[in-house]
Amino acid sequence: MTAAAEGRKRDTLAIGAVRRNFAPWADPAAVPLIRFEKVTKRFGEATAVEDLSLDIYEREFFCLLGPSGCGKTTLMRILAGFEEPTSGRVTLAGRDLIGVPPYRRPANMMFQSYALFPHMSVEKNIAFGLEQEKLPKGEIAARVAEMLRLVQLEPFARRRPDQLSGGQRQRVALARALAKRPKVLLLDEPLDALDKKLREETQFELMDLQVKLGMTFLVVTHDQEEAMTMADRIAVMDRGRIVQVATPGEIYEQPATRYVAEFIGDVNILEGRIGQGEGGRWHIAAPEAPRGLLVDGGGDGVAPGRQVAVALRPEKLRLLQDEPAPGTPNVLAGEVWDIGYLGDWTIYLVKLASGRTIRVSRANATRFVERPITWEDKVFVTFAPEAGVILTR
Amino acid sequence: MASDGKSVGKGVGTSVGDGRLGRLLVPAVPFLWLGALFLAPVAIVLKIALSDATIAQPPYLPVFDWSEGWTAILDALGALDIENFALLTEDPLYWRAALSSLRIAAISTVLLLLLGYPMAYAMAKAPEKLRPVLVMLVILPFWTSFLIRVYAWIGILKPEGLLSALLLHLGLIDEPLAIMNTETAVFVGIVYSYLPFMVLPLYATLEKLDATLLEAAEDLGCPPWKAFWRITVPLSLPGVAAGALLCFIPIVGEYVIPELLGGSDTLMLGKTLSDEFFKNRDWPLASAVAIVLLVIVVGPIMVYRDIETRRMERAR
Ligand SMILES: Nc1ncnc2c1ncn2[C@@H]1O[C@H](COP(=O)(O)OP(=O)(O)OP(=O)(O)O)[C@@H](O)[C@H]1O
Ligand SMILES: [Mg+2]
Repeated sequence: MTAAAEGRKRDTLAIGAVRRNFAPWADPAAVPLIRFEKVTKRFGEATAVEDLSLDIYEREFFCLLGPSGCGKTTLMRILAGFEEPTSGRVTLAGRDLIGVPPYRRPANMMFQSYALFPHMSVEKNIAFGLEQEKLPKGEIAARVAEMLRLVQLEPFARRRPDQLSGGQRQRVALARALAKRPKVLLLDEPLDALDKKLREETQFELMDLQVKLGMTFLVVTHDQEEAMTMADRIAVMDRGRIVQVATPGEIYEQPATRYVAEFIGDVNILEGRIGQGEGGRWHIAAPEAPRGLLVDGGGDGVAPGRQVAVALRPEKLRLLQDEPAPGTPNVLAGEVWDIGYLGDWTIYLVKLASGRTIRVSRANATRFVERPITWEDKVFVTFAPEAGVILTR
Repeated sequence: MASDGKSVGKGVGTSVGDGRLGRLLVPAVPFLWLGALFLAPVAIVLKIALSDATIAQPPYLPVFDWSEGWTAILDALGALDIENFALLTEDPLYWRAALSSLRIAAISTVLLLLLGYPMAYAMAKAPEKLRPVLVMLVILPFWTSFLIRVYAWIGILKPEGLLSALLLHLGLIDEPLAIMNTETAVFVGIVYSYLPFMVLPLYATLEKLDATLLEAAEDLGCPPWKAFWRITVPLSLPGVAAGALLCFIPIVGEYVIPELLGGSDTLMLGKTLSDEFFKNRDWPLASAVAIVLLVIVVGPIMVYRDIETRRMERAR
């Protein structure tokens, strides 16, 4: 093992240690670094951000996730100081930010379009923020060199931005924003311009950097996989409001609303009416499941008679060729409509009698299957009570 | 087999030839244009500049008489000399006129830049809906004759003119203004007339400037007024160069404005040229002045072209 690889391994271990025990949002004594309090932003008639409250903690890797136009950039621009909220308060480290111009805020932004200065070399771009602080020349040079090393752009120091590839430009933008060692780094769709492979690599590099530099990252993305990979916590936004703030695992396994469930990953939704409870589980009468559903938990508002949706993740469903024993709940009968073979996974689309298709995914754990399921086979989809999530909204 | 090869070769040959002809034809058009409307007149002026003045019709010697045959033409060519150019270097009047032209053009260009940059900047920062209107307003003066507009300035600047009357009325001055027929009046006229040529290229570059660059600068701790100098100004330099040369070059040869608004002591090459041509009827000397003027402005034009090509390369 080379020295570099060894160093890398040690870093990764350190990251594991840091990330495993990191959950300040669960600690009632922890004071958030950034607070949005009832922030509303209107552009004329249109409301970009509506009555939004959000706490972000120091050293957190926080992702804003949502469809195009839901107000992610606007929220970030409010924090950076380019937009003043119509109402509400924004504080950073206890300091009220309203009225503080962008150049006095201890947050730096990496722009969606990178916004590199075209008339300056890579070096000069990175040095720009440091020069504003009037640091001594030697220190600026040292920090620029450090940043160039960090983003592996040393050979390109003298180039102008138009002589770089998209990925290299993105690194310059990152280095420029990092150089000032801000308390908070704002990244607006930082990896948008990269191809899939480079994107994945960079995601891990960003996580690495964030832990190494001990900074707070606020990242905007509309790519849910990216958010799931990188974030400590994710805020899912919808039309200017936050629908749910939680860790990637919670967001995926315990979506708060149907919107979140459908936005993150693939999901099957069955509608039904709550029947009687049974040891923390609920019987649900659903037209598409003649034997009825039996599903775990459910939050507030779950009560007999209530119309609800049950969210089922494709990988938590099982596909059977033989009919399950009579009396077992959670059985959906249908026909294989389509099969997508992805190598590691196979996706089955099962068409129920109602016409709805259910998505089931199965890991291809072995190379050969005795009785492979094929098109138009009659199959039964079943699942465990803890696989489903009851959603009231 | 052999004949086959031949015919194939021939076919290829003609098609290449056709393509070449087509490819030559397209650039030939501007070259013909340039040749007929620029090079030929310059050659004629140069020939007259190398001739001697005389009292005749036309007022110079020798004249090429194509009917006399080749020997006569060769004789005529032999009679050409650079005497007129020598005179230009000897008589300090011409030196002074040339230097004064350059000085007036340089000062005017600086004044135009000082006035034009804020105007173009304000236009570029104006609400998007308003911008076409502002551009129209800048172009509007072109709808009336240039000459009439310069005459109008006489009405404004003369001692009993509008400006004097206004300032007297306001009590800002005690006696009528004495700026008519001075260099000041020339500067006023030039700056007024050339302002659109400065404002429009500046506006074009400033309007295209990416506003997120300024936000990025501000985000990195640079206050807006500093960002103006570090980002806006450097990125608008191509517009500054274009505007400055677009003004400087024609101002060096400006004739109408110093003639109408300037005094007898306002020396400019354009005026000298016209005096030689109309008052002294010395066509050869006037032509020599014209050639010198051309040489003076060719330098800045080359600089401009160089800046433009470099900018295009950078944009690629
Ligand atoms: N300057 C502005 N003037 C008017 N409306 C605006 C302005 N900026 C944003 N909006 C509106 O506010 C809403 C939120 O915009 P925002 O840019 O924050 O979305 P976003 O979540 O970042 O979207 P994307 O993923 O496409 O970047 C949009 O409907 C947009 O049209
Ligand atoms: Mg955006």
